[in-house]
Amino acid sequence: MKRNRLSQIFAGVLVNAIYEMKNYPIVLLSTVISPLSLLAVITFVSSGTLLGTAIQGGLIMIFFSSGIALQSDLSHLKNDFKLQDMIVSSPTSSKLYMGGMALAEIVYSIPGLAILIILAGIYLQPSPIQILILTTVLFVMFVVSVAIGFMLSTFSSDVVQSYAFSRLLSLLFAALPPVYYPISYVPAPFNYLAYLSPTTYAAEIMHSATGYLDIPLSRIIVDWAVLLGVGAIILLVAIKKSRWKDV
Amino acid sequence: MAKLECNGLTKIYQDNRKALDEVSFSVETSGIFGLIGRNGAGKTTLVRILATELEPTQGSASINGLNILTQEDKVREKIAIVPQEARAIRWMTPKQTVFSYLLWRGYSMRDAKRLADESLIKLGLQQYANVLNSKLSGGTKRKVLIATVMASEAEVIFLDEPTTGLDPISRRELWEILRDIGKTRFIFLTTHYLEEAEQIADRIGILKDGRLVSIGTLAELRKSSPYQYSIKLPPKTQVPPLKDAAVTVSQSGYTQIMTHEAEAFSIARLLSEQGIKFSITPVTLDDIFFHLVGQKVRENHET
Repeated sequence: MKRNRLSQIFAGVLVNAIYEMKNYPIVLLSTVISPLSLLAVITFVSSGTLLGTAIQGGLIMIFFSSGIALQSDLSHLKNDFKLQDMIVSSPTSSKLYMGGMALAEIVYSIPGLAILIILAGIYLQPSPIQILILTTVLFVMFVVSVAIGFMLSTFSSDVVQSYAFSRLLSLLFAALPPVYYPISYVPAPFNYLAYLSPTTYAAEIMHSATGYLDIPLSRIIVDWAVLLGVGAIILLVAIKKSRWKDV
Repeated sequence: MAKLECNGLTKIYQDNRKALDEVSFSVETSGIFGLIGRNGAGKTTLVRILATELEPTQGSASINGLNILTQEDKVREKIAIVPQEARAIRWMTPKQTVFSYLLWRGYSMRDAKRLADESLIKLGLQQYANVLNSKLSGGTKRKVLIATVMASEAEVIFLDEPTTGLDPISRRELWEILRDIGKTRFIFLTTHYLEEAEQIADRIGILKDGRLVSIGTLAELRKSSPYQYSIKLPPKTQVPPLKDAAVTVSQSGYTQIMTHEAEAFSIARLLSEQGIKFSITPVTLDDIFFHLVGQKVRENHET
């Protein structure tokens, strides 16, 4: 029998996003609340001057949180429904399963993403080069968070802890660091602490690319190096340490 | 003849717990094979290894000539499993459950839709096809999972305790379905309901503390047992003198004598002559299991 790989990826999108959104439309609201509420607060507090960075912060939060949410969703489906056991014993590979599930997290975030993209189009009016930079940074951010999410899910057996851990990681890496506003607003020594999070480097690149942060080129190169380096390390660790088949 | 073969399968978990100890057997991959054993006997470990979910510590196994360790991708084309404690995802409907599983197995959308519809009809679930799984009864949810794996092309289906927690009527309904599936595919079923194995399995394996202590048809198990007949006496009945028998007394006072054919009929004759009420039956799977495993599985029945 010839297996359709697109079907195998799409199954994950259906189960982890579309069916839940279709059967429980209320979840559509919850997907927009987190990124948009922070955006609103930052915009109001700054009298609108930080709307541009807040939009970018919202995008970072959505992409990072989506990948991290994979951790709790996979763990939930694995431990509560034994779905992963059914899939392991089927012709689906771990890559196709994870690919579909990761894509589902983005599909799940489409309502919030759509609002932020419209706002970005209106207020940032990015050039094609800026769009390329923003998209690349967000993609790297997503890959890093998916790798973290998948790796953690393979070790997790407690769903309650998984959800709590997902929320904690999202808060630590997407809400606390200066992603909704430029790092120049963070006083020393806290600005040094912010560099512990890869999202800070992502935000610096984006804020600088859109003209909200004035930093030298050397720092942007360092930001890219750190972001890609951290991404590569996390991805390697995830590939090496993640477990598809139990031992 | 297509076979499922295990050769010295051993599993020692990271906490040094030995779950399987040199399990070797061979069964034809047709009909229904029932694996019975107490909780913790190693049933789930064995199923998970055979379903390529878990690495054994030692040994090997093959399904229809495909090695589960070196040819696991090919094995996965042929098998499907409903794991122990698997549940239908609550935010999905039965139709969505079966459909998405078929997509995962690589079916096209059109084929998946057709096969999902057919499978739901076959299991009598068409009226629930678009109802959320969360609103279905326990028995119906379990049927949804059976329909899910049954809709696939899998030749070998592993069901790990599929009827645990179901009421007796739902359980019997599921037995009918499994008997039907067993006509065209091989079902490898684990259960701790001995009646279930007795009712639906063509061949039975008994697992004790990670070791396979017996395997065969019910008739073969009876034959291999040192006792072929069971005599039950009401409370306070004087037990006649016995030569080669095992006697147990239940909490309610009933006495069970298990013995071989010649002695069973001689005891029966004696009891009849004395006008004592008793029942005599061929040993059940319960009796064989009790004898082999050495621990009471369920309370002795009053007859």
